[in-house]
Amino acid sequence: MMSTRALGLGSALRKAAFAPNAVRSQIMMRNIIGKRFIQIQSVTPASGTEILNAQRLKRPSSPHFTIYQPQLTWVASIANRITGAGLSVLLYGFSIAYLIAPGTFDSAHVVEVVAGLPESVKYAGKTILAAPFAFHSINGLRHLGWDLTKFLSIKSVYGTGYAVLAASAVSTAVLVFMK
Amino acid sequence: MQSVLATARVNRLAFGSRPFSTSLARCQAVPQQKPVLLKEFKIYRWNPDEPDKKPELQSYKIDLNQTGPMVLDALIKIKNEIDPTLTFRRSCREGICGSCAMNIDGQNTLACLCRIDRDASKNAKIYPLPHMYVVKDLVPDMTLFYKQYKSIQPWLQNSNPPEKGEFLQSPEDRRKLDGMYECILCACCSTSCPSYWWNQDEYLGPATLMQAYRWIADSRDDRAAERMDRLQNEMSLYRCHTIFNCSRTCPKGLNPAAAIAKMKLEMATD
Repeated sequence: MMSTRALGLGSALRKAAFAPNAVRSQIMMRNIIGKRFIQIQSVTPASGTEILNAQRLKRPSSPHFTIYQPQLTWVASIANRITGAGLSVLLYGFSIAYLIAPGTFDSAHVVEVVAGLPESVKYAGKTILAAPFAFHSINGLRHLGWDLTKFLSIKSVYGTGYAVLAASAVSTAVLVFMK
Repeated sequence: MQSVLATARVNRLAFGSRPFSTSLARCQAVPQQKPVLLKEFKIYRWNPDEPDKKPELQSYKIDLNQTGPMVLDALIKIKNEIDPTLTFRRSCREGICGSCAMNIDGQNTLACLCRIDRDASKNAKIYPLPHMYVVKDLVPDMTLFYKQYKSIQPWLQNSNPPEKGEFLQSPEDRRKLDGMYECILCACCSTSCPSYWWNQDEYLGPATLMQAYRWIADSRDDRAAERMDRLQNEMSLYRCHTIFNCSRTCPKGLNPAAAIAKMKLEMATD
Protein backbone atom coordinates (compact mmCIF):
# COMPACT_ATOMS: atom_id res chain seq x y z
CA MET A 1 0.00 0.00 0.00
CA MET A 2 2.76 2.41 0.96
CA SER A 3 4.53 1.86 -2.32
CA THR A 4 1.45 2.53 -4.45
CA ARG A 5 0.79 5.69 -2.47
CA ALA A 6 4.35 6.83 -2.85
CA LEU A 7 4.11 6.31 -6.58
CA GLY A 8 0.77 8.08 -6.73
CA LEU A 9 -0.90 4.97 -8.13
CA GLY A 10 -3.43 4.48 -5.32
CA SER A 11 -6.44 5.95 -7.07
CA ALA A 12 -5.54 4.40 -10.40
CA LEU A 13 -5.35 0.88 -8.94
CA ARG A 14 -8.55 1.39 -6.95
CA LYS A 15 -10.44 2.54 -10.05
CA ALA A 16 -9.10 -0.38 -12.05
CA ALA A 17 -10.12 -2.84 -9.33
CA PHE A 18 -13.78 -1.80 -9.54
CA ALA A 19 -13.91 -1.61 -13.36
CA PRO A 20 -15.17 -4.56 -15.45
CA ASN A 21 -12.47 -6.88 -16.67
CA ALA A 22 -12.54 -5.74 -20.29
CA VAL A 23 -11.65 -2.13 -19.60
CA ARG A 24 -9.53 -2.74 -16.54
CA SER A 25 -6.11 -2.84 -18.13
CA GLN A 26 -6.97 0.10 -20.40
CA ILE A 27 -7.97 2.38 -17.50
CA MET A 28 -4.96 1.30 -15.53
CA MET A 29 -2.61 2.18 -18.34
CA ARG A 30 -4.22 5.55 -18.98
CA ASN A 31 -4.12 6.50 -15.33
CA ILE A 32 -0.56 5.42 -14.81
CA ILE A 33 0.65 7.28 -17.86
CA GLY A 34 -1.50 10.37 -17.47
CA LYS A 35 -1.03 11.12 -13.79
CA ARG A 36 1.67 12.41 -11.47
CA PHE A 37 4.34 12.73 -14.10
CA ILE A 38 5.80 16.20 -13.80
CA GLN A 39 7.87 17.67 -16.57
CA ILE A 40 11.17 18.86 -15.16
CA GLN A 41 13.59 21.05 -17.03
CA SER A 42 17.11 20.52 -15.83
CA VAL A 43 19.06 23.69 -15.19
CA THR A 44 22.80 24.05 -14.73
CA PRO A 45 23.99 25.83 -11.55
CA ALA A 46 25.27 28.74 -13.64
CA SER A 47 22.00 29.37 -15.42
CA GLY A 48 20.18 28.91 -12.09
CA THR A 49 22.18 31.80 -10.67
CA GLU A 50 21.36 33.79 -13.79
CA ILE A 51 17.63 33.25 -13.28
CA LEU A 52 17.97 34.19 -9.62
CA ASN A 53 19.90 37.37 -10.42
CA ALA A 54 17.32 38.35 -13.03
CA GLN A 55 14.62 37.89 -10.37
CA ARG A 56 16.60 39.90 -7.79
CA LEU A 57 16.66 42.93 -10.09
CA LYS A 58 12.88 43.08 -10.20
CA ARG A 59 11.95 42.13 -6.65
CA PRO A 60 9.51 44.60 -5.09
CA SER A 61 10.04 45.95 -1.58
CA SER A 62 7.24 44.91 0.75
CA PRO A 63 4.94 47.66 2.08
CA HIS A 64 5.91 49.13 5.48
CA PHE A 65 4.51 52.18 7.31
CA THR A 66 1.35 52.22 5.20
CA ILE A 67 0.32 48.77 6.47
CA TYR A 68 1.89 48.71 9.94
CA GLN A 69 -0.60 49.06 12.79
CA PRO A 70 -0.40 52.56 14.37
CA GLN A 71 1.02 51.98 17.87
CA LEU A 72 1.88 54.44 20.61
CA THR A 73 5.52 53.38 20.31
CA TRP A 74 6.32 54.51 16.78
CA VAL A 75 3.57 57.14 16.44
CA ALA A 76 4.97 58.95 19.50
CA SER A 77 8.48 58.63 18.07
CA ILE A 78 7.42 60.15 14.74
CA ALA A 79 5.52 62.90 16.58
CA ASN A 80 8.66 63.62 18.60
CA ARG A 81 10.68 63.91 15.38
CA ILE A 82 8.12 66.12 13.60
CA THR A 83 7.57 68.48 16.55
CA GLY A 84 11.34 68.74 17.03
CA ALA A 85 11.88 69.56 13.36
CA GLY A 86 8.99 72.06 13.36
CA LEU A 87 10.22 73.87 16.47
CA SER A 88 13.78 74.02 15.06
CA VAL A 89 12.54 75.40 11.73
CA LEU A 90 10.61 78.05 13.62
CA LEU A 91 13.57 79.02 15.79
CA TYR A 92 16.12 79.08 12.95
CA GLY A 93 13.63 80.71 10.56
CA PHE A 94 12.84 83.51 12.97
CA SER A 95 16.50 84.05 13.87
CA ILE A 96 17.62 84.20 10.23
CA ALA A 97 14.68 86.45 9.33
CA TYR A 98 15.73 88.78 12.17
CA LEU A 99 19.29 88.85 10.84
CA ILE A 100 18.10 89.69 7.32
CA ALA A 101 15.42 92.22 8.20
CA PRO A 102 15.84 93.32 11.83
CA GLY A 103 13.40 96.18 11.30
CA THR A 104 10.38 93.97 10.50
CA PHE A 105 11.09 91.03 12.83
CA ASP A 106 11.98 92.71 16.14
CA SER A 107 9.90 92.04 19.27
CA ALA A 108 7.99 95.33 19.11
CA HIS A 109 6.72 94.60 15.60
CA VAL A 110 5.76 90.99 16.43
CA VAL A 111 3.83 92.12 19.53
CA GLU A 112 2.07 94.79 17.47
CA VAL A 113 1.04 92.32 14.74
CA VAL A 114 -0.21 89.70 17.20
CA ALA A 115 -2.15 92.31 19.23
CA GLY A 116 -4.08 93.25 16.11
CA LEU A 117 -5.29 89.68 15.44
CA PRO A 118 -8.80 88.48 16.41
CA GLU A 119 -9.08 86.42 19.64
CA SER A 120 -9.83 83.11 17.86
CA VAL A 121 -6.69 83.34 15.73
CA LYS A 122 -4.63 84.19 18.82
CA TYR A 123 -5.82 81.08 20.68
CA ALA A 124 -5.41 78.84 17.62
CA GLY A 125 -1.90 80.16 17.06
CA LYS A 126 -0.98 79.70 20.72
CA THR A 127 -2.23 76.10 20.62
CA ILE A 128 -0.24 75.35 17.47
CA LEU A 129 2.89 76.65 19.17
CA ALA A 130 2.26 75.30 22.68
CA ALA A 131 1.23 71.70 21.86
CA PRO A 132 4.42 70.69 19.98
CA PHE A 133 6.57 72.51 22.54
CA ALA A 134 4.90 70.76 25.49
CA PHE A 135 4.96 67.31 23.87
CA HIS A 136 8.53 67.54 22.65
CA SER A 137 9.85 68.78 25.99
CA ILE A 138 8.07 66.21 28.15
CA ASN A 139 8.72 63.32 25.74
CA GLY A 140 12.37 64.38 25.84
CA LEU A 141 12.39 63.58 29.57
CA ARG A 142 11.08 60.11 28.73
CA HIS A 143 13.94 59.62 26.28
CA LEU A 144 16.45 60.74 28.93
CA GLY A 145 14.97 58.13 31.26
CA TRP A 146 15.46 55.43 28.64
CA ASP A 147 19.06 56.53 28.07
CA LEU A 148 19.61 55.91 31.81
CA THR A 149 18.06 52.43 31.24
CA LYS A 150 14.90 53.30 33.20
CA PHE A 151 11.27 52.47 32.14
CA LEU A 152 12.45 49.88 29.59
CA SER A 153 9.66 47.30 29.90
CA ILE A 154 6.79 47.47 27.41
CA LYS A 155 4.40 48.10 30.29
CA SER A 156 6.29 51.16 31.48
CA VAL A 157 6.82 52.32 27.89
CA TYR A 158 3.03 52.52 27.56
CA GLY A 159 2.57 53.92 31.07
CA THR A 160 5.07 56.73 30.51
CA GLY A 161 3.67 57.23 26.99
CA TYR A 162 0.14 57.93 28.23
CA ALA A 163 1.55 60.02 31.09
CA VAL A 164 3.44 62.16 28.55
CA LEU A 165 0.27 62.62 26.47
CA ALA A 166 -1.75 63.66 29.53
CA ALA A 167 0.97 66.00 30.80
CA SER A 168 1.35 67.59 27.34
CA ALA A 169 -2.42 68.19 27.14
CA VAL A 170 -2.44 69.86 30.57
CA SER A 171 0.61 72.03 29.88
CA THR A 172 -0.75 73.00 26.46
CA ALA A 173 -3.97 74.18 28.10
CA VAL A 174 -2.02 76.11 30.75
CA LEU A 175 0.19 77.77 28.11
CA VAL A 176 -2.77 78.66 25.89
CA PHE A 177 -4.83 80.28 28.65
CA MET A 178 -1.88 82.01 30.28
CA LYS A 179 -2.38 85.79 30.10
CA MET B 1 -29.93 16.14 24.14
CA GLN B 2 -28.35 14.33 21.24
CA SER B 3 -26.41 12.04 23.52
CA VAL B 4 -29.64 11.16 25.40
CA LEU B 5 -31.30 10.21 22.11
CA ALA B 6 -28.30 8.17 21.12
CA THR B 7 -28.34 6.20 24.38
CA ALA B 8 -32.09 5.62 23.99
CA ARG B 9 -31.50 4.20 20.54
CA VAL B 10 -28.70 1.98 21.78
CA ASN B 11 -30.96 0.65 24.56
CA ARG B 12 -33.77 -0.15 22.15
CA LEU B 13 -31.39 -1.96 19.85
CA ALA B 14 -29.79 -3.85 22.68
CA PHE B 15 -33.14 -5.39 23.68
CA GLY B 16 -33.62 -7.89 20.91
CA SER B 17 -34.97 -6.12 17.84
CA ARG B 18 -31.58 -5.28 16.36
CA PRO B 19 -31.70 -6.13 12.67
CA PHE B 20 -28.85 -8.03 11.10
CA SER B 21 -27.93 -5.16 8.78
CA THR B 22 -27.38 -2.58 11.54
CA SER B 23 -23.84 -1.34 11.56
CA LEU B 24 -22.19 -0.08 14.69
CA ALA B 25 -21.87 3.34 13.09
CA ARG B 26 -25.62 3.88 13.36
CA CYS B 27 -25.47 3.51 17.12
CA GLN B 28 -22.75 6.09 17.54
CA ALA B 29 -23.41 9.69 18.51
CA VAL B 30 -24.13 12.01 15.60
CA PRO B 31 -21.33 14.52 15.14
CA GLN B 32 -22.45 18.04 15.85
CA GLN B 33 -22.77 20.12 12.71
CA LYS B 34 -21.05 23.47 13.26
CA PRO B 35 -22.38 26.44 11.30
CA VAL B 36 -20.28 27.73 8.44
CA LEU B 37 -18.23 30.75 9.57
CA LEU B 38 -16.70 32.28 6.45
CA LYS B 39 -13.85 34.73 7.02
CA GLU B 40 -12.03 36.63 4.35
CA PHE B 41 -8.22 36.52 4.24
CA LYS B 42 -6.49 39.12 2.08
CA ILE B 43 -3.02 37.96 1.25
CA TYR B 44 -0.14 39.79 -0.48
CA ARG B 45 0.75 38.13 -3.77
CA TRP B 46 3.70 38.69 -6.08
CA ASN B 47 5.07 36.19 -8.54
CA PRO B 48 8.69 36.41 -9.79
CA ASP B 49 7.64 34.73 -13.04
CA GLU B 50 5.47 37.76 -13.84
CA PRO B 51 7.75 40.46 -12.43
CA ASP B 52 6.06 43.38 -14.17
CA LYS B 53 2.69 42.65 -12.59
CA LYS B 54 2.29 44.80 -9.50
CA PRO B 55 1.96 43.08 -6.11
CA GLU B 56 -1.68 42.77 -5.10
CA LEU B 57 -3.88 41.52 -2.29
CA GLN B 58 -5.72 38.34 -3.18
CA SER B 59 -8.85 37.44 -1.27
CA TYR B 60 -9.64 33.94 0.03
CA LYS B 61 -12.69 32.91 2.03
CA ILE B 62 -12.47 29.92 4.34
CA ASP B 63 -14.76 28.35 6.94
CA LEU B 64 -13.21 29.00 10.36
CA ASN B 65 -15.11 26.05 11.85
CA GLN B 66 -13.21 23.74 9.51
CA THR B 67 -9.85 25.39 10.21
CA GLY B 68 -7.31 25.15 13.02
CA PRO B 69 -7.03 28.04 15.48
CA MET B 70 -3.88 29.73 14.17
CA VAL B 71 -3.23 31.89 11.11
CA LEU B 72 -0.71 29.32 9.90
CA ASP B 73 -3.51 26.71 9.88
CA ALA B 74 -5.55 29.03 7.66
CA LEU B 75 -2.62 29.55 5.28
CA ILE B 76 -1.99 25.81 5.03
CA LYS B 77 -5.69 25.20 4.44
CA ILE B 78 -5.74 27.77 1.64
CA LYS B 79 -2.64 26.26 0.08
CA ASN B 80 -4.03 22.71 0.34
CA GLU B 81 -7.59 23.33 -0.74
CA ILE B 82 -7.89 26.57 -2.70
CA ASP B 83 -4.65 27.82 -4.21
CA PRO B 84 -1.50 25.66 -4.25
CA THR B 85 0.52 28.55 -5.72
CA LEU B 86 0.35 30.53 -2.45
CA THR B 87 3.92 30.62 -1.13
CA PHE B 88 5.09 31.06 2.46
CA ARG B 89 7.75 29.68 4.78
CA ARG B 90 6.80 27.40 7.64
CA SER B 91 8.38 24.59 9.55
CA CYS B 92 7.85 23.81 13.22
CA ARG B 93 4.32 25.23 13.71
CA GLU B 94 5.08 25.92 17.39
CA GLY B 95 7.06 29.16 17.45
CA ILE B 96 10.56 27.78 17.75
CA CYS B 97 11.91 27.93 14.19
CA GLY B 98 10.90 31.47 13.24
CA SER B 99 10.18 30.59 9.61
CA CYS B 100 6.59 31.84 9.41
CA ALA B 101 7.30 35.44 10.48
CA MET B 102 4.97 37.80 8.59
CA ASN B 103 2.86 40.90 9.04
CA ILE B 104 -0.62 39.89 10.20
CA ASP B 105 -3.26 42.60 10.65
CA GLY B 106 -0.54 45.24 10.77
CA GLN B 107 1.73 43.55 13.30
CA ASN B 108 4.80 41.41 12.74
CA THR B 109 4.42 38.03 14.35
CA LEU B 110 4.75 34.30 13.78
CA ALA B 111 1.73 32.92 11.91
CA CYS B 112 1.89 29.75 14.01
CA LEU B 113 1.58 31.69 17.29
CA CYS B 114 -1.08 34.14 16.07
CA ARG B 115 -4.70 33.17 16.71
CA ILE B 116 -7.23 33.89 13.98
CA ASP B 117 -9.62 36.65 15.06
CA ARG B 118 -12.97 34.82 15.19
CA ASP B 119 -14.82 37.99 14.18
CA ALA B 120 -15.79 37.02 10.62
CA SER B 121 -17.11 40.49 9.77
CA LYS B 122 -13.53 41.80 9.68
CA ASN B 123 -11.08 40.49 7.10
CA ALA B 124 -7.53 39.48 7.98
CA LYS B 125 -4.72 41.10 6.04
CA ILE B 126 -1.45 39.24 5.65
CA TYR B 127 1.70 40.84 4.23
CA PRO B 128 5.32 39.71 4.15
CA LEU B 129 7.69 41.27 6.72
CA PRO B 130 7.74 45.04 6.02
CA HIS B 131 10.37 46.76 3.87
CA MET B 132 12.10 43.60 2.71
CA TYR B 133 12.70 42.44 -0.84
CA VAL B 134 10.04 39.88 -1.76
CA VAL B 135 11.17 36.54 -3.19
CA LYS B 136 7.60 35.41 -3.75
CA ASP B 137 4.27 36.14 -2.02
CA LEU B 138 4.99 36.03 1.75
CA VAL B 139 8.64 35.01 1.44
CA PRO B 140 11.10 37.87 2.07
CA ASP B 141 14.77 37.85 1.09
CA MET B 142 16.67 37.44 4.38
CA THR B 143 20.19 37.52 2.89
CA LEU B 144 21.11 40.93 4.34
CA PHE B 145 19.63 40.08 7.75
CA TYR B 146 21.80 36.95 8.03
CA LYS B 147 24.88 38.82 6.79
CA GLN B 148 24.37 41.42 9.50
CA TYR B 149 24.06 38.68 12.10
CA LYS B 150 27.29 37.14 10.83
CA SER B 151 29.04 40.52 11.03
CA ILE B 152 28.77 40.64 14.84
CA GLN B 153 30.70 37.34 15.10
CA PRO B 154 28.08 35.50 17.13
CA TRP B 155 30.27 32.94 18.82
CA LEU B 156 32.26 32.67 22.05
CA GLN B 157 35.70 34.25 21.74
CA ASN B 158 38.21 33.91 24.53
CA SER B 159 41.98 33.77 24.16
CA ASN B 160 42.48 32.32 27.66
CA PRO B 161 40.47 29.12 27.78
CA PRO B 162 40.45 27.31 31.16
CA GLU B 163 43.30 24.88 31.74
CA LYS B 164 40.93 21.96 31.84
CA GLY B 165 37.22 21.46 31.61
CA GLU B 166 34.72 24.09 30.63
CA PHE B 167 34.26 27.81 31.22
CA LEU B 168 32.64 28.37 34.60
CA GLN B 169 30.06 31.06 35.17
CA SER B 170 28.30 32.29 38.29
CA PRO B 171 24.48 32.06 38.40
CA GLU B 172 24.33 35.88 38.40
CA ASP B 173 26.44 36.11 35.24
CA ARG B 174 24.36 33.41 33.61
CA ARG B 175 21.20 35.33 34.46
CA LYS B 176 22.43 38.29 32.39
CA LEU B 177 21.88 36.20 29.26
CA ASP B 178 18.24 35.42 30.06
CA GLY B 179 15.90 37.22 27.70
CA MET B 180 18.60 37.38 25.01
CA TYR B 181 19.71 33.84 24.23
CA GLU B 182 16.07 32.83 23.51
CA CYS B 183 16.00 34.87 20.29
CA ILE B 184 15.10 32.71 17.28
CA LEU B 185 16.13 35.30 14.64
CA CYS B 186 12.69 35.45 13.02
CA ALA B 187 13.33 39.12 12.08
CA CYS B 188 9.92 40.30 13.34
CA CYS B 189 11.60 43.00 15.45
CA SER B 190 14.10 44.26 12.88
CA THR B 191 11.44 44.60 10.19
CA SER B 192 9.08 46.43 12.57
CA CYS B 193 11.70 49.10 13.25
CA PRO B 194 11.25 52.36 11.28
CA SER B 195 14.97 53.07 11.63
CA TYR B 196 15.71 49.70 10.04
CA TRP B 197 13.21 50.47 7.25
CA TRP B 198 15.11 53.62 6.27
CA ASN B 199 18.71 52.55 7.03
CA GLN B 200 18.91 48.79 6.78
CA ASP B 201 21.98 48.98 4.55
CA GLU B 202 24.04 50.32 7.47
CA TYR B 203 22.02 50.05 10.69
CA LEU B 204 22.17 46.53 12.14
CA GLY B 205 18.64 46.41 13.54
CA PRO B 206 17.31 45.19 16.91
CA ALA B 207 17.67 41.41 16.40
CA THR B 208 21.35 41.61 15.46
CA LEU B 209 22.12 44.25 18.10
CA MET B 210 20.55 42.23 20.90
CA GLN B 211 22.71 39.28 19.85
CA ALA B 212 25.74 41.59 19.79
CA TYR B 213 24.96 42.51 23.41
CA ARG B 214 24.34 38.85 24.25
CA TRP B 215 28.04 38.19 23.54
CA ILE B 216 29.22 41.44 25.13
CA ALA B 217 27.34 40.57 28.33
CA ASP B 218 28.64 37.00 28.43
CA SER B 219 31.22 36.66 31.25
CA ARG B 220 32.96 33.81 29.37
CA ASP B 221 33.75 36.03 26.36
CA ASP B 222 36.75 38.36 26.68
CA ARG B 223 36.36 40.36 23.44
CA ALA B 224 33.71 42.79 24.71
CA ALA B 225 35.97 45.79 24.00
CA GLU B 226 36.54 44.78 20.36
CA ARG B 227 32.89 43.96 19.93
CA MET B 228 31.84 47.39 21.22
CA ASP B 229 34.54 49.07 19.17
CA ARG B 230 33.03 47.65 15.97
CA LEU B 231 29.67 49.23 16.87
CA GLN B 232 31.20 52.56 17.86
CA ASN B 233 30.14 54.51 14.78
CA GLU B 234 27.24 56.65 13.66
CA MET B 235 25.20 53.98 11.88
CA SER B 236 25.61 50.43 13.26
CA LEU B 237 24.07 51.03 16.68
CA TYR B 238 23.16 54.67 17.14
CA ARG B 239 20.42 54.67 14.48
CA CYS B 240 18.33 53.13 17.26
CA HIS B 241 16.04 55.94 18.42
CA THR B 242 14.44 53.92 21.24
CA ILE B 243 11.15 53.53 19.37
CA PHE B 244 10.25 50.19 21.05
CA ASN B 245 8.44 48.68 18.04
CA CYS B 246 10.87 45.77 18.38
CA SER B 247 9.94 44.90 21.96
CA ARG B 248 6.26 45.54 21.27
CA THR B 249 6.16 43.04 18.40
CA CYS B 250 8.54 40.26 19.56
CA PRO B 251 6.58 36.98 19.35
CA LYS B 252 8.87 35.46 21.99
CA GLY B 253 8.27 38.31 24.46
CA LEU B 254 11.90 39.46 24.47
CA ASN B 255 13.03 43.07 24.84
CA PRO B 256 15.65 44.06 22.25
CA ALA B 257 15.17 47.79 22.95
CA ALA B 258 16.21 47.28 26.59
CA ALA B 259 19.32 45.33 25.54
CA ILE B 260 20.28 48.09 23.09
CA ALA B 261 19.71 50.80 25.73
CA LYS B 262 21.99 48.96 28.19
CA MET B 263 24.63 48.53 25.49
CA LYS B 264 24.46 52.24 24.61
CA LEU B 265 24.94 53.18 28.25
CA GLU B 266 27.90 50.79 28.64
CA MET B 267 29.51 52.15 25.48
CA ALA B 268 28.99 55.75 26.55
CA THR B 269 30.42 55.26 30.03
CA ASP B 270 33.40 52.96 29.49
